[in-house]
Amino acid sequence: MTVATSVAETSVPRFARGTRLQYDRVREQWFVQAPERAFLADAVAAEILQLVNGKRSLALMIDQLSEKFSAPRDVIAQDVLRMAQELADRQVLLLA
Amino acid sequence: MTKAPPPMSLLAELTHRCPLQCPYCSNPLRLDPRAGELDTATWLRVMDEAAAMGVLQVHFSGGEPMARPDLVDLVRHAASLGLYTNLITSGVLLNRENLKTLSEAGLDHIQLSFQDADAQEGERIGGMAGAQAKKLEAARLIVEDGLPLTLNFVIHRQNAARVPAMLDLAEQLGTRRVEIAHTQYYGWGLLNRDALLPDRAQLEATELAVAAARTRFGNRIAIDFVTPDYYAERPKPCMGGWGQRFINISPSGKVLPCHAAESIPGLTFPSVVEDSLERIWQESPLFNLYRGTDWMPEPCQSCAFKEDDWGGCRCQALALAGQADATDPVCHRAPTHDRIKEAVARRPATPPVFRYRRYNNAV
Repeated sequence: MTVATSVAETSVPRFARGTRLQYDRVREQWFVQAPERAFLADAVAAEILQLVNGKRSLALMIDQLSEKFSAPRDVIAQDVLRMAQELADRQVLLLA
Repeated sequence: MTKAPPPMSLLAELTHRCPLQCPYCSNPLRLDPRAGELDTATWLRVMDEAAAMGVLQVHFSGGEPMARPDLVDLVRHAASLGLYTNLITSGVLLNRENLKTLSEAGLDHIQLSFQDADAQEGERIGGMAGAQAKKLEAARLIVEDGLPLTLNFVIHRQNAARVPAMLDLAEQLGTRRVEIAHTQYYGWGLLNRDALLPDRAQLEATELAVAAARTRFGNRIAIDFVTPDYYAERPKPCMGGWGQRFINISPSGKVLPCHAAESIPGLTFPSVVEDSLERIWQESPLFNLYRGTDWMPEPCQSCAFKEDDWGGCRCQALALAGQADATDPVCHRAPTHDRIKEAVARRPATPPVFRYRRYNNAV
């Protein structure tokens, strides 16, 4: 059972069983597939969630995204931590 | 004609056969016999076509889909195509062996129905002795396997008092999600409406129970609450709009915008046996009949909410207003809204006996 977790940069996220990120070739959009519903992942969410592999920490994801987009680390960190928290609350991500 | 966006979900009603006989079943009154069911090869082709046209989720339903011996082959094939696979089951045919096979085939999620938290009442409502122990065992096996599980409870006047006990049961069983879904009144539900429709006080008590449980559960368990639309001000956006998000296939292969659409007379229902899913979705007169807003009468046509509720439910309009293209009588602006008020006002103090969902028990 998922217990509400407070997210930290050291957390390592993975998709809960029954949830995944999926590219839809027909709509040319990313979706999060979850029990009884699929919801759209916007461009930012898709970039972040593609890095979720159950091994990479949020800190490492932030480093990689900040380098890829030549963006300030603290701005990226804010996006990543907020999304990780939201998706953990919605039982999509598990944080170890 | 502009191209319609592809459907998000496919409801695959594999069979109408079921060991239970719930008096609010969403299947049509005229049930498809086993002899008319689609074969495995056709269902496999349907999965191919669904994935190619942009369907994201497949819900294997029935009747009891586990009554089909080829269920695991269909799940495996759908999963291999990237479709999200959901099994909607009563759980009474589930055991450790077939669960393991389904899990290994790539099943993503199970929705398990309970008729009540109380065993005796649940078995009376579902019309199957011994069902509750089988359901509890099914839930235990699913949680043990690790598959995400949603419990589904259909609510009516004869079990509404036990919504708090249902939520406790969901917590004890270790589920991730629970649906507290009030009965919708068409088909078998409409036939049994007097035996099922709660009064407003009962409805409000269920709302309070759900609110209290949401506070208690926090993010641990999500609760989906479905209100009975007879007590709503505005109609529900039935199926997210006709021909917009959902496609439903009956056991014999008819392709429908909703599971009750066969109740509308004078329509031709296309079949996957004769045509492709994509052509049926895009081009069939059936799917274009109430798609969008052009078909709407007043007061829908000039209503600010017409793209929120898409005019409500066509089958309910037919059943209560006598015309499928009428405003859904649930809407407080509908000229026939009195029929909803009358149904509530004339609800008998003592519920009549159930007309159970059985072959040839309604028509």
